[in-house]
Amino acid sequence: MSNLFDLLVAGLATGAIYALVAVGFTLLWQTSQTINFAQGEFVMLPAFLMLAAMHAGAPFWLAIILGILLSMILLGLGFKLLLVDPMMRHGVLPLAIATMALAIGIKEAVKQFFSAEASPFPSIVPTGDVSILGHAVSLQSIGVLVVAILAVLGLTALLNRTSLGHQMQAAAQNPTVARIIGVPVERMILLTFLINAFLVALASLLITPIYLAKFSSGEVLGQAAFIAAIVGGFNQVRGAIAGGLLIGVLDNLAAAYVSTQYRAAVPMIFLIAVILLRPQGLLGRAEERTV
Amino acid sequence: MKTTILAGALLAFAAATSVHAQAIKLADVAELSGGGATVGTNWKNGIDLAIEEINAKGGVLGRKLEVTHADSQSNPGVARAQVQKALDAEPYVLLGPGYSGSVKVTAPLAAEAGIAQIMGGEAAELTQGGNKFLFRTSFGQQSSMPKVAKYIHDEMKAKTVAVVWVNNDFGRGGRDMVTKELERLGSKVVADLSTEAGQADFAADVGKIKAANPDAVFVYLNEEESARILKELKRQGVNAPLMGETTLIGQKVIELAGDAANGARGHVGLTTDAPVELVKQFREKFSKKYNYVPDHNGLKGYLAVYMVKATTEKMGKVDPKKFADTLHGLTIKAADEPGILMDVTFSDTGDIDRQSFLVEVVEGKQVVKQVLPKVQ
Repeated sequence: MSNLFDLLVAGLATGAIYALVAVGFTLLWQTSQTINFAQGEFVMLPAFLMLAAMHAGAPFWLAIILGILLSMILLGLGFKLLLVDPMMRHGVLPLAIATMALAIGIKEAVKQFFSAEASPFPSIVPTGDVSILGHAVSLQSIGVLVVAILAVLGLTALLNRTSLGHQMQAAAQNPTVARIIGVPVERMILLTFLINAFLVALASLLITPIYLAKFSSGEVLGQAAFIAAIVGGFNQVRGAIAGGLLIGVLDNLAAAYVSTQYRAAVPMIFLIAVILLRPQGLLGRAEERTV
Repeated sequence: MKTTILAGALLAFAAATSVHAQAIKLADVAELSGGGATVGTNWKNGIDLAIEEINAKGGVLGRKLEVTHADSQSNPGVARAQVQKALDAEPYVLLGPGYSGSVKVTAPLAAEAGIAQIMGGEAAELTQGGNKFLFRTSFGQQSSMPKVAKYIHDEMKAKTVAVVWVNNDFGRGGRDMVTKELERLGSKVVADLSTEAGQADFAADVGKIKAANPDAVFVYLNEEESARILKELKRQGVNAPLMGETTLIGQKVIELAGDAANGARGHVGLTTDAPVELVKQFREKFSKKYNYVPDHNGLKGYLAVYMVKATTEKMGKVDPKKFADTLHGLTIKAADEPGILMDVTFSDTGDIDRQSFLVEVVEGKQVVKQVLPKVQ
């Protein structure tokens, strides 16, 4: 039983990170119909930007700020202006393929300019345990969970409680009408790209101390988050959060109770089941499109 | 007519001189990227350092050494293609790969070409198939695992042991050997956990170890995964003593795992912290050249080149066909060839006999606790 509790906590901590990345997937999809297959690499890169800042002599806190800012410039602004805008005119599929190419480009660039080897990365949460309901739970797991939950709550508050959030939602739901009533749609779309970049940088900061900084570490994350976004509902932020947590827990339970070799298969099987039985995702909204 | 004869003689002389001065070509195929990048990079740097030293002192039998490096991407399929390409260029000796799985698929190619292959793999089965061209640079599992099991049983006094291994040729070989030995000695394996190469998340595996509550944990993974599981073991508060091999307490693991590596113990065939003067000198030279402390793979690459030198000098000529025969049964003494660092004997199967060490990580440093002598 204590084993199950540990697995749930560890699964929720990993799932919270998947959720951050999955939320980015849904945001980009809602506002600009972009499926970003480089999302995993977007999580990998900020850690290296922070490491580069530290190698240049910056203290950890400054490296975090610089890393997040640089990520927002490169992975938010740069990504939108240099890749999404020019490719969008050619349709969703060419754009999706372009993001796959971008994923390979980022990986190879990190390998080339940094190293193919893994590097250690400091943790923002100290190591140690606290006792919860008689179980020793690591501070790191709790820290990851708390930061991820705060980020998601902040985002939800921004979307639902502020005028800016309402404008973003309007731009996502019906850009034409939003434009007519005076919402600066283009600026709102750019804002979602910046938010996505912030979320992936945050995910990078949380996951890299555990997974280590390595050029290939985005592959697993990108895949898990993509599955989480589809399972939860690609067009709902709350769906992505639920999907992330669910996949995190499922992955850990599968590794413990099914087998380590098949741990990656279990979320996939779950994904197929969801697509067959509830294509819009667990919390998603059915969309109809004219072809 | 005279002119023709003269020209012919001159040509023959020129050809002979160029053959004499021609460099001895070695081919290296290593894990320069992918999961084994730490292994391959250390191995490659060790080779380059040794070649630089040897060439600076006039080469081998008056000829310089030259090496080409190819990247196996830590993938046996790519390793096979790269080895085939390297063998097509007819090297004197093939160096690498470091991963047992890659060695397994490439060894038949080198054997067929009749080229000796000096590699870094440690899986027991590699030298048990009767391959007459394959040589180790470190202990095979059949030499190291009995020592490991004995230490867990006798010194750690563990009645129950959890065995965590990586699901590839290297991991399976080690797990089979250590499990057999532990059971023979009377220690019970209470958790037998297979993990995947490149695995990032070890929370579930550590959860299982915690549930099994063993007296000791034997960890047999590659370097990066070792670092990740050490961090996770610390995160989940597993306090059972940890025992492993070189891959658990290597320099790269200590760097990656930080504090979490403290207390881990391992049997090490080669370590740069060995209390041996020549090894200390190697460590200084390597650190000066590459700005980091090498792990055992750096030593292996370095030794591989000095094995080539010592064997060639023993033959007195550069003969790729006789190389393997000469190296079988050869004892190289560090007093005669300082580059070999410690006295070593090669068996007829290509296995090595050399002294080894029991190491513990204390405050981020490898500390040699015991020196285990050469078997024969």
